[in-house]
Amino acid sequence: MSKKILLVSRHAPYGNSTAREAIDMALATSVYDQDISILFMDDGIFQLLRNQHSQLIDQKNIASILTALSLYGIENIYVHQESLDDRTIKINELILDGLQSLNNKDVGNLLSQQDQLLSF
Amino acid sequence: MSTLHTINKSPYTHKALSSCLKVCIDNDGILLLEDGVFGIIPSAPGAEELQILISRGIKVFALINDVKARGLEEKSAPDIIFIDYNAFVQLTLDHRCVQSWY
Repeated sequence: MSKKILLVSRHAPYGNSTAREAIDMALATSVYDQDISILFMDDGIFQLLRNQHSQLIDQKNIASILTALSLYGIENIYVHQESLDDRTIKINELILDGLQSLNNKDVGNLLSQQDQLLSF
Repeated sequence: MSTLHTINKSPYTHKALSSCLKVCIDNDGILLLEDGVFGIIPSAPGAEELQILISRGIKVFALINDVKARGLEEKSAPDIIFIDYNAFVQLTLDHRCVQSWY
């Protein structure tokens, strides 16, 4: 039976492996035909910036892996508006199209609607 | 349906608690554990917001072992509920999901 799963990604890319592990988990979960969505908040927003040249620090480009999410059928991708505002980033500066922005209350409601939360 | 939020980082050095407080909604619960228990100090960052949530009926818990280990038992703000490991397990059962802020 398909479960409603939300993956919450709150950490910046590259400094440690947290962000990358979240994406790996998302891709793996999608293979098992689960209803998975992703929320980026706090420093997790930085994963979505354009013009990342991570090869300069010998790491795989997180942003380009994120563009594969839709190929895996992960369509519901959310960003926390206040986290964007705090970082003076606009939603149209981000690498993915079709991102849905959520205010604080929306995030609380989204969390409460899940069968399972994956916190990264 | 509700979410149990767990925070294991000190509010003096991390934003885990402050992020949690922003999105916490009615019927959710908050559990401070590990270094998160420094959040029970009345002057800690986010302590005022924590009291506001408590006055709205949201329960805030702190893991007693972590509190006592750090010598904080007498330094707590009012209305923080101290719980042991068994009650921690029960809390995870009483809420629909657990969101870990770290």
